[in-house]
Formats: sequence, structure tokens, C-alpha cells
Amino acid sequence: MTSILDKSGFNPDRKLKIVGTSPVKHDGIDKVTGRARFGADLYLPGMLIGKILRSPHAHARIKSIDTSEAAKLPGVKAVVTRDDFPEIKAGTMAGDMTRNAMAREKALYDGHPVAAVAATSESIAKAALKLIKVDYEVLPHVIDPAEAMAPGAPILHDHVRTKGVKDAADKPTNVIERLDIAMGDVVKGFAEAEIIVEREFDTKPMHQGYIEPQACVAQATEDGQIELWCCTQGPWVFRDRLTEILKIDAAKIRVQQSEMGGGFGGKTGFYGEPVAVQLARKAKRPVKITLTRNEVFRATGPVSGTKSRIKMGITKDGVITAAEAELIFQTGAFTGSMFINAPQAMFTRYNLKNVKTVSYEVVSNRPKVNSFRAPCVPQVVFGVEGVIDELARKIGMDPIELRLRNAATEGYKTIYGETFGPIGFVETLEAAKKSDHYNSPVPKGQGRGVAAGFWFNRGGETTGTLNIAIDGSVTLILGTTDVAGSRISISMMAAEELGIPVDKVRAIMADTHSLGYNRVTAGSRTTFATGMVIVDSARKAITELCKRAAGIWGVPEEGVTFEDGYCRPASSNVGTFEPLTIAQIAAKTMASHGAIAGHSEMSVTGAGPGFGLHIVDVEVDRETGRVDIKRYTVVEDAGKAIHPLQVEGQFQGGAVQGIGWALNEEYFYGPDGRLQNASFLDYRMPVASDVPMIGTEIVEVPNPRHPYGLRGVGEVPVVPTMAAIANAIGNAIGIRPQSLPMSPPRLLKLMDDAKVK
Amino acid sequence: MQGLRYEAPTTIEAVVALLTGAPAGSRILAGGTDVIVQMETDLIEPPLLVDIKKIAELRQITQESGGFRVGAATSGMDIVRHAAFCKAWPGIIDGVKLIGSIQVKGRASIGGNLCNGSPAADSVPAIIAAGAIARVIGPNGVREVKVETIPVGPGKTSLAKGEFIASFFLPPRPAHSGDAYQRFTPRTEMDIAVVGVGINLTLDGSGTCTAARVALGAVAPTVLLVKECADALIGSKVDDHALERLAAAASAACRPIDDKRGTKEYRIKVAGVLARRTAVEALARARQN
Amino acid sequence: MSKKHHITTTVNGDECDFLCEPQQTLLDCLRDELMLSGTKEGCATGDCGACTVMVDSVMVCSCLVLGVEVDGANIDTIEGMAKGNELHPLQRHFLELNGLQCGICTPGILIAARELLARNPDPTETEIRYWLAGNLCRCTGYDKIIRSVQAAAKEMRGNA
Repeated sequence: MTSILDKSGFNPDRKLKIVGTSPVKHDGIDKVTGRARFGADLYLPGMLIGKILRSPHAHARIKSIDTSEAAKLPGVKAVVTRDDFPEIKAGTMAGDMTRNAMAREKALYDGHPVAAVAATSESIAKAALKLIKVDYEVLPHVIDPAEAMAPGAPILHDHVRTKGVKDAADKPTNVIERLDIAMGDVVKGFAEAEIIVEREFDTKPMHQGYIEPQACVAQATEDGQIELWCCTQGPWVFRDRLTEILKIDAAKIRVQQSEMGGGFGGKTGFYGEPVAVQLARKAKRPVKITLTRNEVFRATGPVSGTKSRIKMGITKDGVITAAEAELIFQTGAFTGSMFINAPQAMFTRYNLKNVKTVSYEVVSNRPKVNSFRAPCVPQVVFGVEGVIDELARKIGMDPIELRLRNAATEGYKTIYGETFGPIGFVETLEAAKKSDHYNSPVPKGQGRGVAAGFWFNRGGETTGTLNIAIDGSVTLILGTTDVAGSRISISMMAAEELGIPVDKVRAIMADTHSLGYNRVTAGSRTTFATGMVIVDSARKAITELCKRAAGIWGVPEEGVTFEDGYCRPASSNVGTFEPLTIAQIAAKTMASHGAIAGHSEMSVTGAGPGFGLHIVDVEVDRETGRVDIKRYTVVEDAGKAIHPLQVEGQFQGGAVQGIGWALNEEYFYGPDGRLQNASFLDYRMPVASDVPMIGTEIVEVPNPRHPYGLRGVGEVPVVPTMAAIANAIGNAIGIRPQSLPMSPPRLLKLMDDAKVK
Repeated sequence: MQGLRYEAPTTIEAVVALLTGAPAGSRILAGGTDVIVQMETDLIEPPLLVDIKKIAELRQITQESGGFRVGAATSGMDIVRHAAFCKAWPGIIDGVKLIGSIQVKGRASIGGNLCNGSPAADSVPAIIAAGAIARVIGPNGVREVKVETIPVGPGKTSLAKGEFIASFFLPPRPAHSGDAYQRFTPRTEMDIAVVGVGINLTLDGSGTCTAARVALGAVAPTVLLVKECADALIGSKVDDHALERLAAAASAACRPIDDKRGTKEYRIKVAGVLARRTAVEALARARQN
Repeated sequence: MSKKHHITTTVNGDECDFLCEPQQTLLDCLRDELMLSGTKEGCATGDCGACTVMVDSVMVCSCLVLGVEVDGANIDTIEGMAKGNELHPLQRHFLELNGLQCGICTPGILIAARELLARNPDPTETEIRYWLAGNLCRCTGYDKIIRSVQAAAKEMRGNA
């Protein structure tokens, strides 16, 4: 049988009954009644409360830890430190992971775990932490990445030598890696340019801001088996990382994902989980660890801050001839920022031949960063789309027109080596150009901005199973965490394949014993890749159904087809038989042949890139620098919107996250290297009264590699947002900001310095 | 939290007795929207909490001598829903409305907002501008003091051991009086004020300002009652010229800090901008009365 | 540790009781003592509204109320919003209009929205946004939340 990855069976003329509608999601009822169980919602008999002691220093050598008094406190059942975690060499991936979970030689950021206790109540656990004595040798710290790169900066890791630099000096540095990614000849390209713009930009670190703090419950048997309940974007990833750092067989760790209250990339790695497991093993009782909001901000995986220099050249009739960028990303205390995404994606939507990028990843005394949507890309697109706007102004061209003039199309060979199949950037730009928003006059006193974005979208390792019950209803076992509604979209695809109502399908989110490995829910891959796997499973089940029908009818297998929920004779030559429903076949053959199922394990390929164009109108208070978002529209290509209301929700959610990132979200550090705004009061995310309704327009240029033509939509909506808002502010006040966030004090200073009226 | 004791007395005498004998660090529990947060974030570990919400008179608004007496533990939502009080003191209501979300206002009180001692507290500039009098009850009896004498520094009040604020008296309003409170925050809601301005003014029959009180919040260790700002308005028709002088006086009076909510320069500038805007609003209200 | 208090209260119409230390919040008690985990903790400092409940008909953050303060009080949580199998119109419209994605903020928002419509059956968009300003959502961008509230309000006014 040809693999679905080679031949998806996508048919643009197929009449769809379910895909493309917006049924109520099956897991919704539990969420509107409070029944759904998130990470903190599990209670086990004998459960203890775990609490983590964290370094108050941004950088310190841990000379000794004395837990004896804590261990004696009545109600304390276990205490763990670095001594309770296997020794793993520093500088390896496992070595970094274990050190981030529990510090070994040094504390590398304010909030770094150094010890933990499990006790019979939260108040006892908190009291026990106070009894743990840690002898720190406080070291100078460095937060800002440029400072961390400078000679004489405090060094975090003695083993780090810069990768990617020829003849790198053999002495410790904070520069983890230099990436040179280029194509064509920028010298020639800039020579051909008639106008060149070069600008510097910077963005402050921020946080994904998921409302649910990390939470887990771990329990261990006397013979070394572990059960871990947790909110996570990757149960298998958590399991396999635990096997690495705790040196336990994967088969002995069962990770069950709870419902997850937001992740956006921030829950693709573990934080309290290894600690809970070690405490549970030591205490011989289940241990729950829930992080406080303060711990979430200080010690999970925030988002990279950046510095960039971007230079682009254009001819007077609007053809971009060259683009160059120099980028610095901070990765926190350990490597892992995925900064390669930035050079690969930042210009990739334009038909460029000559591109040169140099990017650096730098460690500093902050928590190790984790992904946000489109990791490392929105920060630099903030700059790229500003330069493009400036080029458009200089040649007097409409900003969407300039992007159209340079839009990449099918056949374009990207800087990361892939050639685009059918893509919808042009269609997205044209839809934006025709949109009601773009064609309505800019209200007096406001400024309008546009910006474009791209995301690769991903496939990757995915598994799934489809089971047909004797009554013909269907259950799905899915592995990829449902962050917002993928479960229903995948159920819809299964129902469409089988020709049954979507109400006949139900899905569960599996544990790590129930399926093979699934990569994290990230990269906008879930509806695409798990959809692919479930469609594949459905088709395998259909093959089995036809085989059984053939048996029932006594005809060859090729004589049976499946259509609209029925097995039928393929032609009149085969014979005259009443079509059989799935339920009928199941009932007739269960006893003799067993259950009917399909399953699929693959590394999914063929993800179709996504493109978006955002339009935003803003009003700027000239006297205070406060920005009011007056109107916002997201135009984005979804390939095929399996569940349109879900797709709109992704567009709107991403846009509002971008609004927060653009206007107010940033980390404030004190001179002592401690985070000063570790709460929702001072980490300022948008509230309902801060934003208007978010207009959406779904463009559909199908990706034929997927049976339903869909493209991931989760990440593109954040990519151009800050750039669009900055461009709008630029048009409102005459100066386009180059720093994020564009908070009132910064904007007021910008206007005052430029004497804006 | 080791050994936290919780008491909920039902008489004022019992409150005073508990507070007088209380160990250091003990706190009054009114709305709890500051105390509980500080306990949760390990900023304080009070040995005793005295819940004053079981005493009805501390949670009521009554009309008295032509003015209003507001129980110090009255919830923000009860205050903003009191029609007569809203009509008389829209500026105080502006401030109370900004003490956090609807949920927070369901519990938060003016007494707590004042005694928590944050220079950015939203209800404080307006009650100072209003000339409110705090009724302080303690082991030595009752004393009535101007509310502006209560906060003495961030987190500190002038209350002696055993004392607490039972109520606030808002005096009768002369004709042609209006008050307003505005603050600057980066978001529309849920932020701590970067600058707050409370203005209360009275006009005579010809539209000339005869009395004014201007209080600035979040720009000094305590809320400032600024005489120079009042002088800029008194005797004027609150025209553009007076507003310019008001704005300049407001900026000049600021002694702000740089912090995660705003820079010094920013606060100084915006204090002037807000003073002007707040005066315009207070003026409009005064003209309607 | 602190001596525990025995608290008797009514939750969603049912009398119940629990033991708690004085520093345990109502949120802690609902979840950990009464096993009513529908009310969520997002921040424990009153900034996100995920823990919104009604106490004696007042809308509050349960993380800003101590368990010891609710002796004798009437408490309404998300678990009491549906009546048997009949969902409240707000619950239904949130489902139909996709007013929730991950769902963690949803219980708090539903309690808050129900209280809004009880007091103001025909709120403007601005009134809904300002009323819900104390309820953070990071997934939806608020758009479909507002629309769900508007649709439920319309139905409840009899204009379905």
C-alpha cells in the first residue's frame, strides 16, 4: 500500500460533509462545568505536597547543602538535593537538563532549584524549606546578552567553547554558537540596490503567560515503576528525558497527560516533574508539586530577548535585491533557544536570492528559555517588516503592493534548503488588499500598519490508533496534547473518512504506555500530523472492513469499495449485495476475526508553510505614550480550515498575545539579577478591556500533501503582530519604534526626543 | 505560616482589646486583598489576624450631618453601588472603581487601601482631596484626624498600637463642587497607578474657583497634598492658563522613583498631563452642581 | 502548625464542612478539602480571576478570601452552574461559539459573566470587557468570549 505521505489522496473536488463545519468540541462540556482535570486536579490517597527551595542568587557556587533540620520536622517525608539525582557530565544535553531541574555545581539564575521537600501539608513543606541551610559563594552575574558576550564577563559554564567559529579560542565563553546561514551573493545584491535601509532593533525577554502553572503528581512503586500525571506538551518527551536523567527504563515510566491550561511552547520541557518523581521515590508516597505564579515567571522557560541589525536593499521599482542580518539571542542559563529558526524564517516569504545572516546564541544568568509560538522568529520579524515598510515609503509604493511584488511562490528554493510546493502568500496578500479593513479610510488621529509573517509548520514523529466498536462507533487514541481543540478537528477527519456523524467518534488523550512516541505538540503540527496519522489509521481500518465484507459476500477483496460509511460491491460484475454499514460488519465478524482497528506510526512529512498578513489601526496618546489598538484584522492561509471557529480562535489568540508582547510585556531585572515583576500585576498581559474584537479572514490554498489540504495555523498569528503594530505607530506619530515593548514611557521619550506634535 | 491565629470579634471594644494586646506584625483583616496577597507571597507572617467584618457599622454608608460616614471596611462594590454617595463624590468613586477587578472590589475597602500605605493606592488621592476625616478608635478613645495624616511612608501609618480606623467622614458638599480622580496605567485595568491625581474644587456663582484640593499619588513616598496646585486653581476660572500653572506645579511637586512601573521623568511629565485632565473633569462636574 | 478551624458552609446549595488552617484560602479549601477542583488557581494573588466564585452573592477571587472567613456563608462555584443535565445558557453558548480553547480560565469567566448578566441583562461590549477585566485569558484573545456572553445575554432576554 502506498504510504499516505507519498500519496495523500487530497482531492480538491471532494464533497465534504463534516470537515469545514464547526461542531461543539467533545471535551468542551467538561471544561464549561469544571469537571476537566488539569495538572493540579489529581488527588491521590496519601498524597504529599512537594515544595522547591530556590536560589535567591543569580549566580553562585553551591558549596554545601544541609537538610538535616528539615528532614527532622514532623510531617516531612522526604528531602532531595543534587545528591539524589544521578551524576551526568556537564555540557551534554542530559547534563544540562538535569542541572536545570536541580542545580549541581552552581545556581545559575534567581529561582534555580537547589533542594526540595515533600510533606503532609503545604505549610509544613514551606516551614521545612526554611530549615534547609545552603552555603552559597555568590559570584558576579550577567543578564544582558551583549554584556555576556563582552570580554571579562562572568562566565556561566567552563566547558563552553563557541561552536561554528573557526579557530575558536580555547577558553570559556558565554557564546554558545555562531550560525552563518546565507545564499546567493549579498555584495552583488546590495550593489544592485538603489535604496538601502539598515536598522538596529532590540526586544526584551518575555513569558508565554499560560494561565495554568505547571503541576504534576508523581508516584513510585517499591520496585521502581513511576506514574507521572502532569500538564505537558509532550508526554513522550517528558518520559524519555526522565529516562535519561534518572536512568530508569522508559517502560517503567508512565506519563499521563492532564488537560493543559495553555503552553504555547513553555510546557515542552519539564520543571518540577523530575523533582516530584525523586521525592515520590524517596517518600514512598505520591507527591504533588504545583508551581506558584512567582515560580512560573522566575524559573520555567521564558522567551528569548534579542538584538538585531537588519539591512535590506531595493530597486526603485520595488524589487528587493539583498538582505542581511546580524542577530543575538539570549538562551538563559543553558543552550536551547532554537535560534536557527530566525535566520531560516525571517526573510522567508520573499523571493530573495541574496541573503546573509550571522546569528549568535548567548547564555546569561536567567532561566533557560523555552519556545513561544514560532520560537525566535517574531522578535526579528519585528525588525524585518519595519525595514520593508521603510523601503516601501522611500519608493512611494503601497506596503502590501511591495510585499506582493516580492512574494515567494511555488518553486521558490528557501534558505533552509526546501523548495516551496503550493503556498498561499500571494493569495493572503491579495485577500488583505481587498479586505474591508484595508479599504476603509484610516480614522482621523489614528495610524495604520501592516506586516507579513511566515512559519514552516512541522510534521514529525506521531502515532495514533482508531478502534471500531461492535456498534460501529469509533474511539481514537491520540498522543499529541490538545492545546485548544485539535481533538475535535481530528475526530472530524476520522468521521469524514468513515462516513459517519462526528458524534459517533470520541477521542482520548493517551498516556505513554498506550502509543508509540509522539513529538511535542508544537510547531503547529498537531492537527496536521495527528490528522494525517488518524486518516491513515482510518484508511487501514477501511481496508480491513472491505476485507471482511468480501469474506461475508464470498468475493475477492478487490471487489469491495467503501463509500459514505458503507462497503459496497465495486461493480455489478462482483455481484448484487446489500451495502453493509460499519456496525453490521463489526457485529458479523467480531467473534470470528476480532476487533477492527487501524493504527499508524510515522514521522510525518509534507507540512505546508503558513503565511499571514496583519492589518492594525492604532491611536497614540501624544501626552502619555499610551497606545490604543482600535482595529485589528488577521488574514492567514489555513490551507483548509477543518473547524473554522477553531482556526479563527487561533488567529485571534495569537494576535492578542502579540499585542501584549508589542506594548507591555517584558522582564524587569534588578541590579542584583533578581526578577522584579514575577506576577500578573506587573507582568502586563492584555485584559479584556485592552483589545477590540479581532477580525479574521481565512484564506484557503490547500496543501495537497495532506488528505484534507490543511496547514498548521497556531504560530503564524504571532509572527507579524508586533511589526504590524510598530508600523501602525510609525504611521500615527511619524517615528517607527525599534525596541520592544513599545511601552508608554519608551514611546513618550521617543516622541519627545523627536519633538512629535 | 506557623501558628497564625484568626479572630473575628463582634464589637469595636473587642477589636481594640485584641489589637492592643497583639504581638508585633498582627494585622487587621478587612477585605484581605492586600493582607492575603502579602501572606501568600511571604512578605508578611502575621501572628494574628483580626477580622473586623462582623461589625456591621464598619461596613455601612450612612448619611450624617449633611455628609456621609463610610465604614472603613465597606467593600468597594458596596460603595460604587451607593447611589447617593456616587452622586455626591464621583471622584472618590472614580478611585474606588480602579482598585482592581470587580472580584477585588467585592472585598477591598477604603480603610485597607489607605492603611496598606501604598503611595499608589487608587482611593487615597480622592479622599484626601475631598477633605475626608478618619475616625480612629484605640485604647485611649476616639480621635478624628485628616486622612492625609494617616500614611507616613510606604507601608507605614501614623496609627498607634491598638488603634484602627473605624470610618471616614465626608463633609457636606457646597454648591458648585466637583471632584475627579484619574490615573495613568499602561493597561486599561488591573495595573497599579503610575501616577494618580485627585482633585476636588468648588466654584462660586460666577464660575470662579473658591476652593481646591489637589492630591498626587504614586509620585512620592506618600500621597502628596499640593498647596501650589491648589493655588494655581483658586481665584481662577480654571481656564487654560490656570491649567498650565496647575500642570507645572504638579510636575514640580513630584519626588518619584524609577521602578518597573515607570521612570522618574515619565512620572513627572505625566503628573502634569493628568493634573490638567483631572481638573477639567472636576470642573465639568462642579459646573453641573 | 496552626490549630485547624472547623468551618461549616453551604456550597452550591449543599451544606458541607471542612477543617482548615487559618492561612488556607477559600480556594485551597474548595480544592483540597472539598475536592471541588473546578475552581482554578492561576496566580493566588487576585490578578487573574481563574478562582472566581460567589460568596454570599458577591463575586470574589477565592484566593483573596480565607477559609475561616466563610463559616456560615453561601458559596457558588462552577460545579453548581448547570442544573442537572441542563447547562446554563452561558455554558451552552461558550460551547457553540468556541468561547474557550484550553478551558483553564473558563470556570472563572462563566461565574463572572453570570453575575454580570444577573445585574445587567443587556450589557454593551465595553461593559462586558470592563466587567471581565479581572479574568485573564491567554488563548482566545477575548473575542469569542465576548461574543458568547452577548449571545447568551440575548437568549436570556428572550430574543433567541
